[in-house]
Amino acid sequence: MYKLEVQDLHKRYGNHEVLKGVSLAAKAGDVISIIGSSGSGKSTFLRCINLLEQPHAGKILLNGEELKLVPNKDGALKAADPKQLQRMRSRLSMVFQHFNLWSHMSALDNVMEAPVHVLGMDKQAAREKAEHYLAKVGVAHRKDAYPAHMSGGEQQRVAIARALAMEPEVMLFDEPTSALDPELVGEVLKVMQDLAQEGRTMVVVTHEMGFAREVSNQLVFLHQGLVEERGCPKEVLANPQSDRLKQFLSGSLK
Amino acid sequence: MIFDYNVVLDSLPLYFAGVLVTLKLLVIALVFGLALAVPLGLMRVSKQPVVNFPAWLYTYAIRGTPMLVQLYLLYYGLAQFEAVRASVLWPYLSNATFCACLAFAINTSAYSAEILAGSLKTIPPGEIEAAKAVGMSRFKLYRRILLPSALRRALPQYSNEVIMMLHTTSLASVVTLIDITGAAKTVSSQYYLPFEAYITAGLFYLGLTFILVRLFKLAERRWLAYLAPRKA
Repeated sequence: MYKLEVQDLHKRYGNHEVLKGVSLAAKAGDVISIIGSSGSGKSTFLRCINLLEQPHAGKILLNGEELKLVPNKDGALKAADPKQLQRMRSRLSMVFQHFNLWSHMSALDNVMEAPVHVLGMDKQAAREKAEHYLAKVGVAHRKDAYPAHMSGGEQQRVAIARALAMEPEVMLFDEPTSALDPELVGEVLKVMQDLAQEGRTMVVVTHEMGFAREVSNQLVFLHQGLVEERGCPKEVLANPQSDRLKQFLSGSLK
Repeated sequence: MIFDYNVVLDSLPLYFAGVLVTLKLLVIALVFGLALAVPLGLMRVSKQPVVNFPAWLYTYAIRGTPMLVQLYLLYYGLAQFEAVRASVLWPYLSNATFCACLAFAINTSAYSAEILAGSLKTIPPGEIEAAKAVGMSRFKLYRRILLPSALRRALPQYSNEVIMMLHTTSLASVVTLIDITGAAKTVSSQYYLPFEAYITAGLFYLGLTFILVRLFKLAERRWLAYLAPRKA
Protein backbone atom coordinates (compact mmCIF):
# COMPACT_ATOMS: atom_id res chain seq x y z
CA MET A 1 0.00 0.00 0.00
CA TYR A 2 1.11 3.53 -0.69
CA LYS A 3 1.84 5.96 2.12
CA LEU A 4 1.03 8.90 -0.07
CA GLU A 5 -0.82 8.88 -3.33
CA VAL A 6 -1.58 11.91 -5.46
CA GLN A 7 -3.68 11.31 -8.54
CA ASP A 8 -4.05 13.55 -11.55
CA LEU A 9 -3.62 16.89 -9.83
CA HIS A 10 -4.66 20.02 -11.72
CA LYS A 11 -4.12 23.58 -10.64
CA ARG A 12 -4.50 26.90 -12.39
CA TYR A 13 -4.05 30.54 -11.53
CA GLY A 14 -6.72 32.37 -13.47
CA ASN A 15 -6.39 31.04 -17.02
CA HIS A 16 -2.83 29.87 -16.55
CA GLU A 17 -2.67 26.13 -15.97
CA VAL A 18 0.24 25.38 -13.65
CA LEU A 19 -0.40 21.68 -13.11
CA LYS A 20 -1.98 19.67 -15.92
CA GLY A 21 -2.48 16.33 -14.22
CA VAL A 22 0.43 15.29 -12.06
CA SER A 23 0.43 11.99 -10.16
CA LEU A 24 2.80 10.59 -7.60
CA ALA A 25 2.85 7.56 -5.32
CA ALA A 26 5.21 6.99 -2.41
CA LYS A 27 5.63 3.69 -0.60
CA ALA A 28 7.01 3.60 2.91
CA GLY A 29 10.68 4.56 2.81
CA ASP A 30 10.54 6.12 -0.62
CA VAL A 31 12.50 9.29 -1.17
CA ILE A 32 11.13 11.08 -4.20
CA SER A 33 12.94 14.06 -5.66
CA ILE A 34 10.99 16.48 -7.82
CA ILE A 35 13.13 18.57 -10.12
CA GLY A 36 12.35 21.07 -12.82
CA SER A 37 13.03 24.64 -13.82
CA SER A 38 11.38 27.62 -12.16
CA GLY A 39 7.73 27.81 -13.07
CA SER A 40 7.47 24.11 -13.83
CA GLY A 41 4.94 23.79 -11.01
CA LYS A 42 7.00 21.66 -8.63
CA SER A 43 6.53 23.83 -5.53
CA THR A 44 2.87 24.33 -6.34
CA PHE A 45 2.46 20.58 -6.63
CA LEU A 46 4.01 20.01 -3.21
CA ARG A 47 1.91 22.75 -1.64
CA CYS A 48 -1.25 21.25 -3.11
CA ILE A 49 -0.57 17.98 -1.28
CA ASN A 50 -1.31 19.56 2.11
CA LEU A 51 -3.70 22.08 0.63
CA LEU A 52 -1.63 25.19 1.26
CA GLU A 53 -2.64 25.73 -2.37
CA GLN A 54 -6.02 24.60 -3.57
CA PRO A 55 -5.94 22.28 -6.56
CA HIS A 56 -8.75 22.34 -9.13
CA ALA A 57 -8.93 18.60 -9.65
CA GLY A 58 -7.27 15.48 -8.37
CA LYS A 59 -7.16 13.09 -5.44
CA ILE A 60 -4.90 13.01 -2.42
CA LEU A 61 -4.65 9.87 -0.29
CA LEU A 62 -2.62 9.40 2.86
CA ASN A 63 -2.26 5.81 4.01
CA GLY A 64 -5.20 4.90 1.82
CA GLU A 65 -7.45 7.56 3.36
CA GLU A 66 -8.76 9.96 0.78
CA LEU A 67 -8.84 13.66 1.62
CA LYS A 68 -12.43 14.71 0.97
CA LEU A 69 -12.55 17.73 -1.31
CA VAL A 70 -15.38 19.97 -2.42
CA PRO A 71 -15.27 22.85 -4.90
CA ASN A 72 -15.52 26.39 -3.52
CA LYS A 73 -17.13 29.22 -5.45
CA ASP A 74 -14.23 29.92 -7.82
CA GLY A 75 -13.85 26.26 -8.74
CA ALA A 76 -10.82 25.35 -6.63
CA LEU A 77 -11.08 22.40 -4.28
CA LYS A 78 -11.13 22.87 -0.52
CA ALA A 79 -11.36 20.37 2.27
CA ALA A 80 -14.91 19.18 2.92
CA ASP A 81 -14.08 18.57 6.54
CA PRO A 82 -11.57 20.94 8.20
CA LYS A 83 -11.00 18.39 10.97
CA GLN A 84 -9.90 15.75 8.47
CA LEU A 85 -7.59 18.23 6.78
CA GLN A 86 -6.00 19.22 10.11
CA ARG A 87 -5.52 15.57 11.01
CA MET A 88 -3.93 14.77 7.66
CA ARG A 89 -1.72 17.84 7.77
CA SER A 90 -0.45 16.84 11.19
CA ARG A 91 0.78 13.57 9.64
CA LEU A 92 2.36 15.32 6.64
CA SER A 93 5.11 17.55 7.96
CA MET A 94 6.42 20.25 5.71
CA VAL A 95 9.82 21.92 5.60
CA PHE A 96 9.84 25.27 3.82
CA GLN A 97 12.36 27.11 1.69
CA HIS A 98 12.36 30.06 4.08
CA PHE A 99 12.20 27.91 7.24
CA ASN A 100 9.08 29.71 8.53
CA LEU A 101 9.95 29.21 12.17
CA TRP A 102 7.70 31.07 14.58
CA SER A 103 9.83 34.08 15.34
CA HIS A 104 8.56 34.76 18.85
CA MET A 105 9.42 31.26 20.08
CA SER A 106 12.77 29.74 20.96
CA ALA A 107 14.03 26.78 18.93
CA LEU A 108 12.81 24.39 21.62
CA ASP A 109 9.35 26.00 21.76
CA ASN A 110 9.11 25.85 17.98
CA VAL A 111 9.66 22.10 18.06
CA MET A 112 7.36 21.51 21.06
CA GLU A 113 4.52 23.66 19.82
CA ALA A 114 2.65 21.32 17.49
CA PRO A 115 3.12 18.09 19.48
CA VAL A 116 1.63 19.83 22.53
CA HIS A 117 -1.02 21.98 20.90
CA VAL A 118 -2.02 19.90 17.89
CA LEU A 119 -1.39 16.32 19.00
CA GLY A 120 -2.21 17.03 22.65
CA MET A 121 1.02 15.50 23.90
CA ASP A 122 2.08 15.95 27.50
CA LYS A 123 4.51 18.90 27.90
CA GLN A 124 7.29 16.94 29.54
CA ALA A 125 7.18 14.21 26.91
CA ALA A 126 7.11 16.82 24.15
CA ARG A 127 10.13 18.56 25.65
CA GLU A 128 12.10 15.31 25.72
CA LYS A 129 11.12 14.54 22.16
CA ALA A 130 12.03 18.07 21.05
CA GLU A 131 15.42 17.87 22.73
CA HIS A 132 15.99 14.47 21.14
CA TYR A 133 15.29 15.74 17.64
CA LEU A 134 17.21 18.99 18.11
CA ALA A 135 20.19 16.88 19.13
CA LYS A 136 19.65 14.59 16.16
CA VAL A 137 19.86 17.46 13.67
CA GLY A 138 22.81 18.92 15.57
CA VAL A 139 21.36 22.11 17.04
CA ALA A 140 20.76 21.06 20.66
CA HIS A 141 23.13 23.78 21.83
CA ARG A 142 20.89 26.43 20.25
CA LYS A 143 17.62 25.29 21.82
CA ASP A 144 17.02 28.53 23.72
CA ALA A 145 17.91 30.77 20.80
CA TYR A 146 15.30 32.68 18.83
CA PRO A 147 15.15 32.06 15.07
CA ALA A 148 16.45 35.55 14.24
CA HIS A 149 19.57 34.81 16.26
CA MET A 150 20.44 31.65 14.33
CA SER A 151 22.13 31.08 10.99
CA GLY A 152 20.03 29.91 8.05
CA GLY A 153 21.42 26.40 8.31
CA GLU A 154 20.60 26.23 12.01
CA GLN A 155 17.10 27.55 11.37
CA GLN A 156 16.45 25.00 8.67
CA ARG A 157 17.66 22.18 10.92
CA VAL A 158 15.35 23.41 13.69
CA ALA A 159 12.55 23.41 11.11
CA ILE A 160 13.40 19.80 10.25
CA ALA A 161 13.35 18.91 13.96
CA ARG A 162 9.96 20.62 14.18
CA ALA A 163 8.71 18.46 11.32
CA LEU A 164 10.20 15.29 12.84
CA ALA A 165 8.66 15.91 16.26
CA MET A 166 5.25 15.28 14.72
CA GLU A 167 6.37 11.72 13.84
CA PRO A 168 4.90 12.27 10.37
CA GLU A 169 3.98 9.56 7.87
CA VAL A 170 5.47 11.57 5.04
CA MET A 171 7.75 14.59 5.06
CA LEU A 172 7.44 17.25 2.38
CA PHE A 173 10.48 19.40 1.63
CA ASP A 174 9.96 22.55 -0.43
CA GLU A 175 13.40 23.57 -1.75
CA PRO A 176 14.90 23.26 1.72
CA THR A 177 18.37 24.47 0.73
CA SER A 178 17.53 27.16 -1.81
CA ALA A 179 17.64 30.03 0.69
CA LEU A 180 20.94 28.96 2.25
CA ASP A 181 24.49 30.13 1.68
CA PRO A 182 26.47 27.51 -0.25
CA GLU A 183 28.55 26.53 2.78
CA LEU A 184 25.39 25.88 4.84
CA VAL A 185 23.70 23.69 2.22
CA GLY A 186 25.82 20.69 3.15
CA GLU A 187 24.78 20.55 6.80
CA VAL A 188 21.09 20.48 5.86
CA LEU A 189 21.55 17.91 3.08
CA LYS A 190 23.48 15.68 5.50
CA VAL A 191 20.54 15.72 7.92
CA MET A 192 18.15 14.88 5.09
CA GLN A 193 20.38 12.06 3.92
CA ASP A 194 20.36 10.57 7.44
CA LEU A 195 16.58 10.75 7.48
CA ALA A 196 16.38 9.00 4.13
CA GLN A 197 18.69 6.25 5.37
CA GLU A 198 16.56 5.53 8.40
CA GLY A 199 13.62 4.86 6.12
CA ARG A 200 11.55 8.02 6.33
CA THR A 201 9.17 8.64 3.47
CA MET A 202 10.08 11.94 1.86
CA VAL A 203 8.99 14.04 -1.09
CA VAL A 204 11.64 16.63 -1.88
CA VAL A 205 11.42 19.52 -4.30
CA THR A 206 15.03 20.37 -4.94
CA HIS A 207 17.65 21.91 -7.15
CA GLU A 208 20.38 19.76 -5.63
CA MET A 209 21.13 17.23 -8.37
CA GLY A 210 23.67 15.50 -6.14
CA PHE A 211 21.03 14.86 -3.52
CA ALA A 212 18.49 13.75 -6.13
CA ARG A 213 20.94 11.26 -7.61
CA GLU A 214 22.56 9.88 -4.47
CA VAL A 215 19.80 9.93 -1.88
CA SER A 216 16.44 9.58 -3.59
CA ASN A 217 15.13 6.38 -5.13
CA GLN A 218 12.66 8.05 -7.46
CA LEU A 219 13.06 11.10 -9.61
CA VAL A 220 10.28 13.16 -11.13
CA PHE A 221 11.08 15.79 -13.73
CA LEU A 222 8.31 18.33 -14.10
CA HIS A 223 8.04 20.54 -17.12
CA GLN A 224 5.25 23.05 -17.74
CA GLY A 225 2.90 21.31 -15.36
CA LEU A 226 3.43 17.78 -16.63
CA VAL A 227 5.69 14.90 -15.64
CA GLU A 228 8.17 14.83 -18.50
CA GLU A 229 10.23 11.96 -17.16
CA ARG A 230 10.35 9.79 -14.06
CA GLY A 231 12.23 6.80 -12.79
CA CYS A 232 15.35 5.70 -10.98
CA PRO A 233 17.43 8.86 -10.43
CA LYS A 234 20.76 7.38 -11.51
CA GLU A 235 19.34 6.08 -14.79
CA VAL A 236 17.25 9.12 -15.57
CA LEU A 237 20.07 11.54 -14.85
CA ALA A 238 22.66 9.51 -16.71
CA ASN A 239 20.37 8.80 -19.64
CA PRO A 240 17.78 11.51 -20.08
CA GLN A 241 15.29 10.60 -22.80
CA SER A 242 13.49 13.87 -23.44
CA ASP A 243 15.06 16.95 -24.96
CA ARG A 244 13.68 19.06 -22.14
CA LEU A 245 15.47 17.10 -19.44
CA LYS A 246 18.68 17.03 -21.49
CA GLN A 247 18.47 20.76 -21.82
CA PHE A 248 17.67 21.22 -18.11
CA LEU A 249 20.55 19.00 -17.03
CA SER A 250 23.08 20.59 -19.31
CA GLY A 251 22.52 23.76 -17.32
CA SER A 252 22.59 22.30 -13.85
CA LEU A 253 24.33 18.94 -13.62
CA LYS A 254 27.44 19.09 -11.51
CA MET B 1 8.65 86.03 40.54
CA ILE B 2 8.82 84.01 43.73
CA PHE B 3 7.80 80.36 43.62
CA ASP B 4 5.54 79.61 46.58
CA TYR B 5 6.84 76.28 47.87
CA ASN B 6 4.65 76.31 50.94
CA VAL B 7 1.46 76.19 48.97
CA VAL B 8 2.78 73.24 47.00
CA LEU B 9 3.91 71.42 50.14
CA ASP B 10 0.63 72.07 51.91
CA SER B 11 -1.38 70.70 49.03
CA LEU B 12 0.72 67.57 48.46
CA PRO B 13 -1.88 65.32 50.14
CA LEU B 14 -4.45 66.61 47.67
CA TYR B 15 -2.08 65.82 44.78
CA PHE B 16 -1.33 62.31 46.05
CA ALA B 17 -5.05 61.63 46.36
CA GLY B 18 -5.23 62.90 42.78
CA VAL B 19 -2.51 60.47 41.69
CA LEU B 20 -4.63 57.62 43.05
CA VAL B 21 -7.67 58.83 41.11
CA THR B 22 -5.59 59.24 37.94
CA LEU B 23 -4.11 55.74 38.30
CA LYS B 24 -7.52 54.25 39.02
CA LEU B 25 -8.98 55.83 35.88
CA LEU B 26 -5.97 54.77 33.83
CA VAL B 27 -5.92 51.15 34.99
CA ILE B 28 -9.66 50.62 34.59
CA ALA B 29 -9.65 52.24 31.15
CA LEU B 30 -6.67 50.17 30.01
CA VAL B 31 -7.97 46.84 31.30
CA PHE B 32 -11.41 47.19 29.75
CA GLY B 33 -10.04 48.99 26.71
CA LEU B 34 -7.61 46.18 25.95
CA ALA B 35 -10.23 43.51 26.58
CA LEU B 36 -12.39 45.25 23.96
CA ALA B 37 -9.48 45.93 21.63
CA VAL B 38 -8.55 42.27 21.11
CA PRO B 39 -11.85 41.20 19.52
CA LEU B 40 -12.10 44.53 17.68
CA GLY B 41 -8.56 44.16 16.33
CA LEU B 42 -9.36 40.65 15.14
CA MET B 43 -12.53 41.92 13.46
CA ARG B 44 -10.51 44.64 11.75
CA VAL B 45 -8.33 42.09 9.95
CA SER B 46 -11.26 39.97 8.82
CA LYS B 47 -11.86 39.73 5.08
CA GLN B 48 -15.61 39.43 5.68
CA PRO B 49 -17.25 42.86 5.32
CA VAL B 50 -20.01 41.99 7.82
CA VAL B 51 -17.35 41.37 10.46
CA ASN B 52 -14.89 44.06 9.47
CA PHE B 53 -17.29 46.94 8.81
CA PRO B 54 -18.80 47.34 12.30
CA ALA B 55 -15.33 47.38 13.83
CA TRP B 56 -14.14 49.83 11.19
CA LEU B 57 -17.10 52.12 11.87
CA TYR B 58 -16.50 51.94 15.62
CA THR B 59 -12.81 52.81 15.45
CA TYR B 60 -13.49 55.48 12.83
CA ALA B 61 -16.18 57.16 14.94
CA ILE B 62 -14.15 57.03 18.14
CA ARG B 63 -10.88 58.10 16.59
CA GLY B 64 -12.65 60.71 14.51
CA THR B 65 -14.08 62.66 17.44
CA PRO B 66 -12.31 64.40 20.32
CA MET B 67 -12.16 62.63 23.67
CA LEU B 68 -13.66 65.67 25.38
CA VAL B 69 -16.72 65.60 23.11
CA GLN B 70 -17.22 61.90 23.84
CA LEU B 71 -16.96 62.50 27.57
CA TYR B 72 -19.45 65.40 27.48
CA LEU B 73 -21.86 63.32 25.40
CA LEU B 74 -21.75 60.46 27.88
CA TYR B 75 -21.88 62.48 31.06
CA TYR B 76 -24.05 65.47 30.13
CA GLY B 77 -25.62 64.47 26.84
CA LEU B 78 -27.26 61.20 27.86
CA ALA B 79 -28.85 62.78 30.92
CA GLN B 80 -31.06 64.77 28.59
CA PHE B 81 -33.14 61.68 27.76
CA GLU B 82 -35.96 60.64 30.04
CA ALA B 83 -35.49 57.01 29.01
CA VAL B 84 -31.89 57.08 30.19
CA ARG B 85 -32.80 58.69 33.48
CA ALA B 86 -35.51 56.10 34.03
CA SER B 87 -33.32 53.14 33.09
CA VAL B 88 -31.54 50.76 35.44
CA LEU B 89 -28.25 52.15 34.15
CA TRP B 90 -28.91 55.64 35.46
CA PRO B 91 -27.15 55.17 38.81
CA TYR B 92 -24.05 54.36 36.79
CA LEU B 93 -24.48 56.91 34.03
CA SER B 94 -25.00 59.72 36.52
CA ASN B 95 -21.75 58.80 38.22
CA ALA B 96 -18.78 60.84 37.03
CA THR B 97 -16.18 58.16 37.73
CA PHE B 98 -18.19 55.57 35.84
CA CYS B 99 -18.70 57.87 32.86
CA ALA B 100 -15.06 58.88 32.75
CA CYS B 101 -13.89 55.25 32.92
CA LEU B 102 -16.38 54.22 30.26
CA ALA B 103 -15.42 57.07 27.92
CA PHE B 104 -11.69 56.41 28.38
CA ALA B 105 -12.07 52.66 27.92
CA ILE B 106 -14.04 53.14 24.72
CA ASN B 107 -11.51 55.65 23.46
CA THR B 108 -8.42 53.56 24.14
CA SER B 109 -10.12 50.40 22.81
CA ALA B 110 -10.46 52.02 19.38
CA TYR B 111 -6.84 53.14 19.21
CA SER B 112 -5.53 49.86 20.63
CA ALA B 113 -7.66 47.87 18.19
CA GLU B 114 -6.04 49.68 15.26
CA ILE B 115 -2.56 49.13 16.73
CA LEU B 116 -3.32 45.42 17.13
CA ALA B 117 -4.82 45.15 13.66
CA GLY B 118 -1.71 46.76 12.17
CA SER B 119 0.46 44.36 14.09
CA LEU B 120 -1.62 41.33 12.99
CA LYS B 121 -1.28 42.35 9.36
CA THR B 122 2.51 42.40 9.49
CA ILE B 123 2.94 38.78 10.61
CA PRO B 124 5.08 37.00 8.02
CA PRO B 125 2.73 34.83 5.92
CA GLY B 126 5.23 31.97 6.16
CA GLU B 127 4.63 31.66 9.89
CA ILE B 128 0.91 31.32 9.24
CA GLU B 129 1.55 28.66 6.58
CA ALA B 130 3.79 26.75 8.95
CA ALA B 131 1.00 26.74 11.54
CA LYS B 132 -1.53 25.50 8.99
CA ALA B 133 0.90 22.88 7.72
CA VAL B 134 1.24 21.26 11.15
CA GLY B 135 -2.54 20.97 11.32
CA MET B 136 -3.53 23.86 13.58
CA SER B 137 -7.18 24.86 13.56
CA ARG B 138 -8.04 28.51 12.94
CA PHE B 139 -8.67 29.01 16.63
CA LYS B 140 -5.28 27.52 17.59
CA LEU B 141 -3.59 29.55 14.88
CA TYR B 142 -4.93 32.75 16.42
CA ARG B 143 -4.40 31.77 20.02
CA ARG B 144 -0.93 30.26 19.70
CA ILE B 145 0.70 32.11 16.81
CA LEU B 146 -1.08 35.24 15.58
CA LEU B 147 -2.15 36.90 18.83
CA PRO B 148 1.00 36.20 20.88
CA SER B 149 3.14 37.42 18.03
CA ALA B 150 1.00 40.48 17.27
CA LEU B 151 0.58 41.53 20.90
CA ARG B 152 4.32 41.40 21.42
CA ARG B 153 5.10 43.43 18.35
CA ALA B 154 2.41 45.94 19.30
CA LEU B 155 4.17 46.72 22.60
CA PRO B 156 6.23 49.76 21.52
CA GLN B 157 3.24 51.41 19.88
CA TYR B 158 0.97 50.42 22.73
CA SER B 159 3.30 52.03 25.26
CA ASN B 160 2.73 55.27 23.38
CA GLU B 161 -1.01 54.76 23.60
CA VAL B 162 -0.79 54.16 27.36
CA ILE B 163 1.15 57.37 27.88
CA MET B 164 -1.34 59.30 25.77
CA MET B 165 -4.09 57.73 27.86
CA LEU B 166 -2.39 58.85 31.08
CA HIS B 167 -2.53 62.42 29.83
CA THR B 168 -6.07 61.99 28.54
CA THR B 169 -7.27 61.11 32.04
CA SER B 170 -6.70 64.76 32.91
CA LEU B 171 -10.01 65.40 31.14
CA ALA B 172 -11.72 63.72 34.08
CA SER B 173 -11.27 66.99 35.91
CA VAL B 174 -13.90 68.61 33.71
CA VAL B 175 -16.54 66.20 34.96
CA THR B 176 -15.89 67.09 38.61
CA LEU B 177 -13.28 64.40 39.43
CA ILE B 178 -10.27 65.38 41.53
CA ASP B 179 -7.44 63.65 39.69
CA ILE B 180 -3.98 65.24 39.44
CA THR B 181 -5.29 67.98 37.16
CA GLY B 182 -8.38 68.33 39.36
CA ALA B 183 -6.11 68.83 42.38
CA ALA B 184 -4.16 71.47 40.48
CA LYS B 185 -7.40 73.22 39.56
CA THR B 186 -8.48 73.25 43.19
CA VAL B 187 -5.13 74.60 44.39
CA SER B 188 -5.05 77.16 41.64
CA SER B 189 -8.44 78.61 42.49
CA GLN B 190 -7.85 78.44 46.23
CA TYR B 191 -4.60 80.41 46.27
CA TYR B 192 -4.69 82.16 42.88
CA LEU B 193 -1.36 80.54 42.06
CA PRO B 194 -1.94 78.76 38.76
CA PHE B 195 1.75 78.47 37.93
CA GLU B 196 2.63 76.60 41.14
CA ALA B 197 -0.53 74.52 40.90
CA TYR B 198 -0.04 73.33 37.33
CA ILE B 199 3.73 72.97 37.37
CA THR B 200 3.29 70.59 40.29
CA ALA B 201 0.67 68.64 38.33
CA GLY B 202 3.07 68.53 35.39
CA LEU B 203 5.83 67.10 37.58
CA PHE B 204 3.51 64.36 38.81
CA TYR B 205 2.62 63.43 35.23
CA LEU B 206 6.30 63.40 34.33
CA GLY B 207 7.01 61.04 37.22
CA LEU B 208 4.18 58.69 36.21
CA THR B 209 5.30 58.76 32.58
CA PHE B 210 8.83 57.88 33.64
CA ILE B 211 7.53 54.85 35.55
CA LEU B 212 5.38 53.74 32.61
CA VAL B 213 8.28 54.06 30.18
CA ARG B 214 10.49 51.94 32.47
CA LEU B 215 7.75 49.31 32.81
CA PHE B 216 7.38 49.05 29.04
CA LYS B 217 11.15 48.82 28.63
CA LEU B 218 11.12 45.85 30.99
CA ALA B 219 8.18 44.30 29.16
CA GLU B 220 9.92 44.72 25.83
CA ARG B 221 13.07 43.13 27.17
CA ARG B 222 11.00 40.21 28.38
CA TRP B 223 8.69 39.70 25.39
CA LEU B 224 10.49 41.26 22.47
CA ALA B 225 13.90 39.72 23.05
CA TYR B 226 13.53 37.85 19.79
CA LEU B 227 13.64 41.10 17.83
CA ALA B 228 16.65 42.46 19.68
CA PRO B 229 20.13 42.12 18.21
CA ARG B 230 21.81 38.87 19.18
CA LYS B 231 23.81 39.04 22.40
CA ALA B 232 27.19 37.34 22.44
